[in-house]
Amino acid sequence: MSEATIENKGIALSDSKLGVINSDLALIQSKKGVRRLNRQIRTENTFRKMLLLMGLIMILLVIGILFTLLLESIPSLKALGLKYLWGKTWDPVQDIYGAYPFLLGTLLTSFLALIISIPFSIAIAVFLGEYYPKGWIPDFLKNTVELIAAVPSVIYGFWGLAVLVPMVRSLETTLHVDPYGVGIFTSSLILAVMIIPYAASLGRSVIQMVPSSLKEGAYALGATRWEVIRSVIIPYTKSGLFAGILLSLGRALGETMAVTMVIGNTSIIPKSIFAPGNTMASVIANEFTEADKPVYLSALIELGLVLFLVTVVINMIGKRVIRRFTNE
Amino acid sequence: MSQSVQYRIGISRIVRVITIVLAFACILPLFAILFYIIKAGITRVNWSFLVNVPKPVGEKGGGIANALLGTFLIIIVASLIAIPVGIMCGVFLSENRKSRLAYWSRLCVDILQGVPSIVIGIIAYFWLVKPLGGFSALSGSVALAIMMLPIVIRSTEETLKLLPDSLKEAAFALGMPFHRVILKVIVPCGISGILSGVMLSIARVAGETAPLLFTAFGNPYLSANITKPMQSLPLLIFNYATSPYNDWHDLAWGASVILLVFVLLLNISTKLITKRWKVQL
Amino acid sequence: MKIRFHNLKSTLTLGVFFAILTISACGDGGNGTTGSSGDDNTLIGAGSSFDNPLFSKMFSEYNKANGLRVNYQSIGSGAGISQLTNKTVDFGASDAPMNSKQDSAASAAILHIPVTAGAVALSYNLPEVKDTLRLTPTVLAGIFLGKISRWDDPQIASINKGIKLPSTGIVVAHRSDGSGTTNIFSTYLSKVSEDWNAKVGKGSSVNWPVGLGGKGTEGVAGLVKQTPGAIGYIELAYAIQNNMAYAKIQNKSGSFIAPSIASVTAAANVNIPQDSKISLTNTDASDGYPISGFSWVLIYKEQKYNNRRSDRAAKLLKLISWMIHDGQQFSGPLTYAPLSTAAATVGDAILKTATYDGKPILP
Repeated sequence: MSEATIENKGIALSDSKLGVINSDLALIQSKKGVRRLNRQIRTENTFRKMLLLMGLIMILLVIGILFTLLLESIPSLKALGLKYLWGKTWDPVQDIYGAYPFLLGTLLTSFLALIISIPFSIAIAVFLGEYYPKGWIPDFLKNTVELIAAVPSVIYGFWGLAVLVPMVRSLETTLHVDPYGVGIFTSSLILAVMIIPYAASLGRSVIQMVPSSLKEGAYALGATRWEVIRSVIIPYTKSGLFAGILLSLGRALGETMAVTMVIGNTSIIPKSIFAPGNTMASVIANEFTEADKPVYLSALIELGLVLFLVTVVINMIGKRVIRRFTNE
Repeated sequence: MSQSVQYRIGISRIVRVITIVLAFACILPLFAILFYIIKAGITRVNWSFLVNVPKPVGEKGGGIANALLGTFLIIIVASLIAIPVGIMCGVFLSENRKSRLAYWSRLCVDILQGVPSIVIGIIAYFWLVKPLGGFSALSGSVALAIMMLPIVIRSTEETLKLLPDSLKEAAFALGMPFHRVILKVIVPCGISGILSGVMLSIARVAGETAPLLFTAFGNPYLSANITKPMQSLPLLIFNYATSPYNDWHDLAWGASVILLVFVLLLNISTKLITKRWKVQL
Repeated sequence: MKIRFHNLKSTLTLGVFFAILTISACGDGGNGTTGSSGDDNTLIGAGSSFDNPLFSKMFSEYNKANGLRVNYQSIGSGAGISQLTNKTVDFGASDAPMNSKQDSAASAAILHIPVTAGAVALSYNLPEVKDTLRLTPTVLAGIFLGKISRWDDPQIASINKGIKLPSTGIVVAHRSDGSGTTNIFSTYLSKVSEDWNAKVGKGSSVNWPVGLGGKGTEGVAGLVKQTPGAIGYIELAYAIQNNMAYAKIQNKSGSFIAPSIASVTAAANVNIPQDSKISLTNTDASDGYPISGFSWVLIYKEQKYNNRRSDRAAKLLKLISWMIHDGQQFSGPLTYAPLSTAAATVGDAILKTATYDGKPILP
């Protein structure tokens, strides 16, 4: 449907250009025309080079960021070495910096958020991709879910602090754990809401890509709707769904402001999912402005470097998976 | 009907209900947030709120004109940087699907999208503010432009990939040079997809605080000079919401409403455009 | 289809045209002000967020009287110091004097001028307790070290006779972001408790043995307000503005003092050294609140750097001189403690040592 529209537009367009191009061809006959053709080739080459340059700029940008982060983390790399990564203490007063509590906090919050969000995002993907692909209610749902990704994260943070934290606290009281309210669990909840759209929208498009012949075959064999979803759609789209989940994970890892406001921010290694903790991004946001010693500042930037590298790795894997899916 | 068939149909129905419930449960937080923010801030918003600069603590009134103007200018400059570069890079990626450079370039775009905003802020500080010896709205714009790029590039690339090859082939067959095929045929055909990418990217960066903290810096006065510090909405919210005074909290809540409404309107109008031009993103 | 497409294209062209128009117009406007007075007439400062409300009032008044614009941004004391070190601002503001490492990072001597004093209040959430809680330094350190973990602990009960304390656990709330408030509080605890000094120490960010971290004063206040049984340290102005309960602390002379403008000013009325780098915590003054501290404006002693003009330096010094004298009238209404005469005198003396190209700036 959409392709047909685009094609129509294209034809209408090239139609209007036809006259211009014909006159171009006529001009080539004359000397003037040759010069003009040469100029055109030159412009074309410049244009191609420009495009190439833009592609290069992206690579340079990333290398530049990596290089700057490396350069700025040299003092801490020198002072702390590799034990920085699994050091369990973060004590700016005594210049002891260990990233382990934050690595753990980041992994805990991100994966917990993923686990919470997966049923919801898959539900949305199945609902929009399979049950009700057309109509105003699904349209409304689709657009609203996409708006979830649009709300600035600082606003999520405020809302979480004012609304979600008291709710979690009463839950914790009923569960007889320390009723802090803030902590890993609360930030995972907020993160789960924030990352739903990413997995949902990719999930929806891969589910719509399932060939109807496959589904019809299954129905013909007497399968129910659920059985079709379980044994045809999910297996067919699983790598695509996985890629969507990785996208969500990437988003969760780097999320800063909302997490900072509800995670409880302590450098103590969390003992349970209700305990307060800290993520790499939240430590940077918390302490960057007051880092008063060169090594301290550099240790924070090194944390940024680690975060950067982790997202690179996640992206590499995600890319692999998406490529495999499209190749299938 | 045998019992087992009834059982299977029953399961199928239950799953459907669960799916519907779960799917619609997701939109509850969004409406809860909207309700909460608008309730807290809507009473502050009026004309004088939009055209005045903030007053110091203890004086009633005051507005956020400096932040509105600042956000507007910073985003415009960021767009002027990010849109041309982004579209051209998107064209490059969609035209060179198999090349080695494009592979790495695409990977880097993905990486850029994942870089936390505070890291972008740090980078912009080291690249622009420190060498130039002062904070400026321009350095903030560059930081935001870096954040916009991946979205613009991705939407351009994805839209152009959807265009049928026959379109391009037809144009080439007519003897059009490459750059004109791209600029006059390919890009215009994908313009709605590209445009919605641009608007989404603007909506994304409009709410960013962290990249501006050490670049655009903020300014209590109206300022339109992009080589000097400038206020922006997220910065203002961030600073005033954490102060002890109610007057400033009110300013922050009012500003939050404006920011939220702006970002959501931008998203909704993007959706309308996409729908009208029938482009799948 | 075609018509629609052309509509869109022309709309876009128009949009871009307007955008460029706006930019160029703004650029002109900007250049205009730069050329005449805008650049020279704006001073840039950054640092302590504690100072921000007071500074906003002071600078607004100064702008009305003298036309000078001061752009102060609260990015945190530590960031204020590093921005001054990087010479991106005219002055910094900090709640903690620069330490030796920061001094060595700066390329030239930096002057500290005290501009205001503030207190850190211990705010708590005990709905059942109507009277003001009293705390001794030992108990306070015990709570923040995690040694005293229940409100009905005998150590708390013995200094609060007549108050019925609930048998709930204590939830400690502290700042998660580095801050001058944390610096004042941890400096105080280091002075009064050997244990704290050895285990935690003092700084803008410390490794907290127990408790929850809130981002910013707002975050800590939120935690305290929401969590029954919580105790946290926040700026006095915040506690007063938000009607939060705060404890009386026993000072060096043994009396329990509530934080207030008067008790902070009293704490600051001590002998101030020539460089004004003094911590007011655990003050000797008998009616002084023990957890308080100065906030300083930081400037380079030699004002000629980065091609700065001499009139810019003169404007900066005039501004600071105004802040420590006439500007002090705005402190009280905003619950900041006005400078004592002794502090203002020392501030004057320090300002006189500032030079431009080796020559003193103020007469």
